[in-house]
Amino acid sequence: MAAVTDAALMVPGPRSTTQVALRWLLFAILGVFALVYLFPLFVMVVTSLKTLDEVRAGNLLSLPQNPTVEPWVSAWSTTCVGLTCEGLKGYFLNSILMTVPAVAISAVIGALNGYVLTKWRFRGDGVVFALILFGCFIPFQIVLLPMARTLGLLGLASSTPGLVFVHVVYGICFTTLFFRNYYAAFPNDLVKSAMIDGAGFFRIFWRILLPNSVPIIVVTVIWQFTNIWNDFLFGVSFAGGGGAMPVTVALNNIVNSSTGVKEYNVHMAAAIIAALPTLVVYVLAGRYFVRGLMAGAVKG
Amino acid sequence: MASLTIRNVIKRYGTIEILKGINIDIDDGEFLVLVGPSGCGKSTLLNMIAGLDTISDGTIAIDGRRVNELHPKDRDIAMVFQSYALYPNMSVEQNIGFGLEMRGVPKDERAKAIADVARLLQMEHLLKRKPSQLSGGQRQRVAMGRALVRNPKIFLFDEPLSNLDAKLRVEMRTEIKKLHQRLKSTIVYVTHDQIEAMTLATRIAVMRAGELQQLGTPREIYDTPANTFVAGFMGSPPMNLIRAKVVDHDGGPHAAIDRIQDGEIVLPLPANDGLRGAAGREIILGLRPENITDPQSAAAAGPGPVLETDCLIEVTEPTGPDLIAVVEMGGKEVMARLRPDANARPGQRSRLVFDMGKAVVFDAGTEARIA
Repeated sequence: MAAVTDAALMVPGPRSTTQVALRWLLFAILGVFALVYLFPLFVMVVTSLKTLDEVRAGNLLSLPQNPTVEPWVSAWSTTCVGLTCEGLKGYFLNSILMTVPAVAISAVIGALNGYVLTKWRFRGDGVVFALILFGCFIPFQIVLLPMARTLGLLGLASSTPGLVFVHVVYGICFTTLFFRNYYAAFPNDLVKSAMIDGAGFFRIFWRILLPNSVPIIVVTVIWQFTNIWNDFLFGVSFAGGGGAMPVTVALNNIVNSSTGVKEYNVHMAAAIIAALPTLVVYVLAGRYFVRGLMAGAVKG
Repeated sequence: MASLTIRNVIKRYGTIEILKGINIDIDDGEFLVLVGPSGCGKSTLLNMIAGLDTISDGTIAIDGRRVNELHPKDRDIAMVFQSYALYPNMSVEQNIGFGLEMRGVPKDERAKAIADVARLLQMEHLLKRKPSQLSGGQRQRVAMGRALVRNPKIFLFDEPLSNLDAKLRVEMRTEIKKLHQRLKSTIVYVTHDQIEAMTLATRIAVMRAGELQQLGTPREIYDTPANTFVAGFMGSPPMNLIRAKVVDHDGGPHAAIDRIQDGEIVLPLPANDGLRGAAGREIILGLRPENITDPQSAAAAGPGPVLETDCLIEVTEPTGPDLIAVVEMGGKEVMARLRPDANARPGQRSRLVFDMGKAVVFDAGTEARIA
């Protein structure tokens, strides 16, 4: 009985000195880790604001003496990617043109798949889902050659639609998994009720399921956006030289160019520009991401 | 409003028969309650009427028109689900109007229909709310409004009250009954609650393990149950089912029942063709608790043989309006319903009156009613 009372009092009651010390130790360790993780970003930001001379002077950690946005301007519009010297802007646009449709199409297909696999069950639906799930575990490298051949046959090689196609195909497995698990916990009675009310297949999907899918849509969009935007391998393989090159590949080409002076400040600015959209998406929708993943996990 | 015909309906999953040939006919304006324990197939049958489940064999017809192959939306039915199944993204108004919208009813007509239903169910003030902002009883009301607004041929209710607390359940029960009396609509109502069945139905279908046990008015089901299952399922406390043997006594059939403490008791059976020449036959005697009572309460007993005798009371359970006394007969606990102030003490003998006019007799083997 006494033990129970002590345990019950431990949390809200006054803490012993040891407990306070341990708590401070915990904060200290967390603080150190936070610094370690923030350190690269700090270096990138300060370096991108320095002149090249100052960068050469060698102190990575010092704040810029004469802050300048010149490296950012250069990274955006004048630095050389391979042979053309027009900065990242064109490739940034390529990435947007590739990512937005790919995210949208793969999310819609995933949602429809999830809807059919849970609300319009058919013989063998379990096997179909298992096969789709299997797709999540196929490594990128394996599909490179067959995909190159397929894109060639479809006439989509080295084009933005080609990249969209690749990312949609690869993304469907994940989006289907997300939506299927979410819709598995979606009450069947709502679908039955809508059926009696006279709504058909697409109307039920559009009017009943989708409006109640906000959390899983956010999860899917973040997941797909980050993966597709950050993808390098498909980009370099299927649009490495062409006008459809995504920003990740362009960044690599800037940083790895073997001629001329290494403009570290420009490289840093370019890297931040390339990473910015995913950061923005995380900041805007990150709360839903955690919440959505949890909701799916617990209910399913 | 319409009649409903269910003819030899069978539901199979693989080789397993969930429903084994159900036959039910109800007329326009009837309130049919499907009642039975979990897994008896009552919800499956309702889903088949709704068109949410396929019919393996047999025919379901609404107003004489076969609907087996019709899509749910074309059957002109409306359903109230146990979970209410309100669309969480829509307001109450939109929920009620959704079925009309899907059927292409113009907006102003829709608004008028919604307003009428809201007035009928006294929920005009809720129309702009979302389902998540409603209490259980209000959600129930909206679910009913959604069914009412379409003015369908048949209403289907799937255990609509089982998610409500006890008090609200009784209120809504009365409300459904009132609604039926006012609208004179045809209703099929599924429940496992025998009190709901008794209070609401014009006809009850008692089901067990995919078979229809009995179809009849509440009075028929209560007074003349087709077998011991129906007898034991309907009524609270349920009908006493006592093993007995038919003996001839004073020139009429009597039931002889063994008792451990008080020795054999011989109860007169109602004169009935089913018992002619039945002497020596093993039977199960069915006697409702209210037909075993104290001498004062028994004054109101109907015509029919009566026997008064002392019985050893084992337990007494006051329920408020009654005192339930438990006595032992034929190796089973038998419940007697006495006045709350009746002079019955556990462990003592008390005078009980057996009103045998309402007794029913089942065959001990088949458990079907013979008298």
